[in-house]
Amino acid sequence: MKSQPRFDVGEIEELLQNGEEHGDSSLMAVLEEIQARYRYLPKDALILVSERLGVPLSQTYSVATFYNAFSLKPKGRHIINVCLGTACIVRGSRKVLDRISDRLGIQPGETTDDGELSLETVNCLGACALGPIVVVDGDHHGKMTAARAEKLLAESVPEGVEA
Amino acid sequence: MTVLKTQAELVELRDALVTRAEGVARLVAVCGGTGCRALGSESVFRALESEMANQGIGDQVTLKMTGCPGFCEKGPLVVIRPDGLFYQGVRAEDVPELVAKTLVEGEIVESLLYTDAETGERIAYERQIPFYAKQRPQLLGMNSRLDPTSITDYISLGGYAALSKALSEMSPEDVIEEVTKAGLRGRGGAGFPTGQKWRITRNAPGDVKYIICNADEGDPGAFMDRAMVEGNPHRLLEGLIIGGYAIGATRGFVYVRAEYPLAAKHLGMAIDQAREYGLLGRDILGSGFDFDIGIVLGAGAFVCGEETALMASIEGRTGEPRPRPPYPSESGLWGKPTNINNVKTWANIPIIIEGGADRYAQIGTERSKGTKIFSVVGKINNTGLVEVPIGTTLRELVFDVGGGIPGGKQFKAVQIGGPSGGCIPREHLDTPIDYETLTELGAMMGSGGMVVVDEDTCMVEFARYFMDFVQQESCGKCVPCRLGTRAMLEVLTRITQGQGREGDVEYLLELGGQIKQSSLCGLGQTAPNPVLSTIRYFRDEYEAHILDRCCPSHACKPLIHYSIDVEKCTGCGRCLRKCPAEAISGAKKEPHVIDREKCIKCGTCLELCKFDAVVVE
Amino acid sequence: MISLTIDGHKVEALEGSSILEAAREHGIEIPTLCFHEALEPYGSCRLCVVELETPRGPRLVASCVYPAEEGAMVETNSEKVQASRRMTAELLLAAAPHAKAIQELTVRMGVQEPRVSLSDNDCILCGLCVRACKEIVGAMAISLVNRGFSKEVSPPFETGSNSCVGCTTCVFICPTGAIKLEDVLGNRSVHRWESDFDVRACKLCGDHFLGPEVSTDLEKALTEE
Repeated sequence: MKSQPRFDVGEIEELLQNGEEHGDSSLMAVLEEIQARYRYLPKDALILVSERLGVPLSQTYSVATFYNAFSLKPKGRHIINVCLGTACIVRGSRKVLDRISDRLGIQPGETTDDGELSLETVNCLGACALGPIVVVDGDHHGKMTAARAEKLLAESVPEGVEA
Repeated sequence: MTVLKTQAELVELRDALVTRAEGVARLVAVCGGTGCRALGSESVFRALESEMANQGIGDQVTLKMTGCPGFCEKGPLVVIRPDGLFYQGVRAEDVPELVAKTLVEGEIVESLLYTDAETGERIAYERQIPFYAKQRPQLLGMNSRLDPTSITDYISLGGYAALSKALSEMSPEDVIEEVTKAGLRGRGGAGFPTGQKWRITRNAPGDVKYIICNADEGDPGAFMDRAMVEGNPHRLLEGLIIGGYAIGATRGFVYVRAEYPLAAKHLGMAIDQAREYGLLGRDILGSGFDFDIGIVLGAGAFVCGEETALMASIEGRTGEPRPRPPYPSESGLWGKPTNINNVKTWANIPIIIEGGADRYAQIGTERSKGTKIFSVVGKINNTGLVEVPIGTTLRELVFDVGGGIPGGKQFKAVQIGGPSGGCIPREHLDTPIDYETLTELGAMMGSGGMVVVDEDTCMVEFARYFMDFVQQESCGKCVPCRLGTRAMLEVLTRITQGQGREGDVEYLLELGGQIKQSSLCGLGQTAPNPVLSTIRYFRDEYEAHILDRCCPSHACKPLIHYSIDVEKCTGCGRCLRKCPAEAISGAKKEPHVIDREKCIKCGTCLELCKFDAVVVE
Repeated sequence: MISLTIDGHKVEALEGSSILEAAREHGIEIPTLCFHEALEPYGSCRLCVVELETPRGPRLVASCVYPAEEGAMVETNSEKVQASRRMTAELLLAAAPHAKAIQELTVRMGVQEPRVSLSDNDCILCGLCVRACKEIVGAMAISLVNRGFSKEVSPPFETGSNSCVGCTTCVFICPTGAIKLEDVLGNRSVHRWESDFDVRACKLCGDHFLGPEVSTDLEKALTEE
């Protein structure tokens, strides 16, 4: 895949320095850091983390698969997040999601073939007054409709991406 | 910055700050909450900064990026104090006029004022706006007066005075006594008496104890805790330190959900500042009390709002609840006695300690004292955060404060308590909101999220949505929740697809009742509530879906169809051109027709038609 | 000793016992699925629920984890309890319709055809295999992965676990036979996963036994004693 990040052992070792004294209880924080830097949790990184923190690999793997924030497959370079919280749903966020999903040709949880865009849903971002909300790379866009979502895609999607 | 070693030094610092601030006549408070930022308040702030500098008024007017004042619907919000002049929907382009007219000339910019939807009246001052008139913002009120990233702001407004009082004038037992007398009940939803919980934890055997702040606010539609942590993190810290002192803990943790990065950032800054000033760490204010706080981030699991799952998460394990007893007060984090409370519960503590239990107890009902913050969202005009005395009626909240339903639609129900709660229909609108009254009606106080729905919302689909949510968030450990809610979801999905069968409703009731009784944790025990309450009050909708294959709210796609009213259609062709399924045909200026076989009910034509010619039935 | 009432009988129990233990001591049978004497109680199947009197009215609690408390009033087979167990059994059958142990359970409970169809797994997620691997064997080779309905038992990355010692405790303890012992091409494998142990066959009977690494370790440990 074009945009797969390299896994840097040195970087992970650095992250782990603080973690070693705290063992288990550092696990979540270390995984969050790795996810943030690499956009996923590389298998070898998890093995290294387990060894260093003294946590059984099976526990690390369980944690990696339990929480939504972690992914074992690389996410796209850009993330489009549609809120499906109650307030947003009541105001029509499902239509917004359907339109975006349609235009990008991927389902929620999937990434476009070129690794550029991932479509995600979230069960409430806490900005309910502005629903329906779509977040693109951390930028919140409120009061979305299906039509405005199309416009947003046209503006946010980089040139040459399948849309 | 100074390390404050005694209570007297804190008082001195506060006096100095207050005196310094007296020279400045006015404060311009720009809301920096996530909501207003999403609407562009950061660019408004930058524009104000530069315009104020240009006009050279920096020494008479202070500009701050503050916490959330609650009226999110109308953001970006700019409030000018001390008068409380309330500007809403402010954009960067409005700033030159705002600065010139209001800050320099002292006049009001009419176009930025709140306009009452019913009367058309423009209202200038916060106090007079109906949204605020019925509120008692004990917790939220400070938000728009301070910069949440400034500890000195908090101190100058009286912050840490309660901590100082507790450490120098009260024993830990005195503090617990005061909290108990105040009648504070847990604001996370279950409403357990806070003082009692503290006492149990304090008395549990063992030298090592912990306190935890549950900031995993996962209920969709609820964002009160976010506004508190983002907008006034020091108030939360103060409550935690006082709690640590009372309970005998030396370490506290705040578990913040991953979806709240700004809250985590502001909290982190506040902790660093508190440490610098000696309000966290060793020998706090010379009392001999040592205490520190750490932040733990969640990782996207609603179930981690459940206390035992939350603790498992801190310990580096999957968020699976464990059976209780033993309760966390006896055996919690790493097996030690642990006191967990919600953000709002901790935030109430400084108010109780500073003003006293008696004063606190003057607001609220017989059984439940104080105020409660609700997020009012959904099909409502004035969305935002509202702080009212417990005992306020639903009608007041929805209509007086919330401003009623937009678009002239009919109110149908208000859902309270998130996925653990239930829907309250019109006939119970005059119920005073309290823990017990809501439970009796089949709902739950919960964290305080209130979602208003109208005549266009299908209650069966609404129930299905909550069951889908539960299925995604269930940890999967116990049979009733993992398999039972799956079964409920399958039945509900069939019903919304027009494949309901006789006996479905009875089966849902039976399943729901069993899941409530047999599940291991609160998530499963309350998961059936939305279904049970919608069946209780809107059974006719279920029956219409099952027996008549009809969705009365015209929402369930398989049960509705789109058509074009030939009387109204002008044949302009807009819908034909935009239909993604190419399901519309018709000659120019002739009425168009939708082919039902091809129609995917996406709603594009409905959105586009300027003549109201698209009909959904 | 603690004194409590179970099904109208006054019974005495040791401090720290669960209601299940107290009941069994006195010959009162309570059905279980995820419980095992050698393991910490888990409380996930909910089959062992009993009705407990509380100040807020009667509640169902899982007897394997709920402590026997002084003065407690417990009913192990009331209407409420039976209805709950039947529902639990029905749901298990809906998820594991071909698992013999579950079929037998539903017959005992008087449950007919399930009213929904959820899946066709033999694994019922009782967790016994995972817990045994952790608490008894100490290998922690397998764990519960994913969340909710897609939860399953698996070694890390669904491939061989280096920590697996091939002891087959998981095969033995599984109530539904969902974990099978498959000896494939000289590699001892457990269920559908491969482990990387070399396995040799017995010269006499041709049966497979533990591989060289484990036996050298064992030898070392034994001779050091």
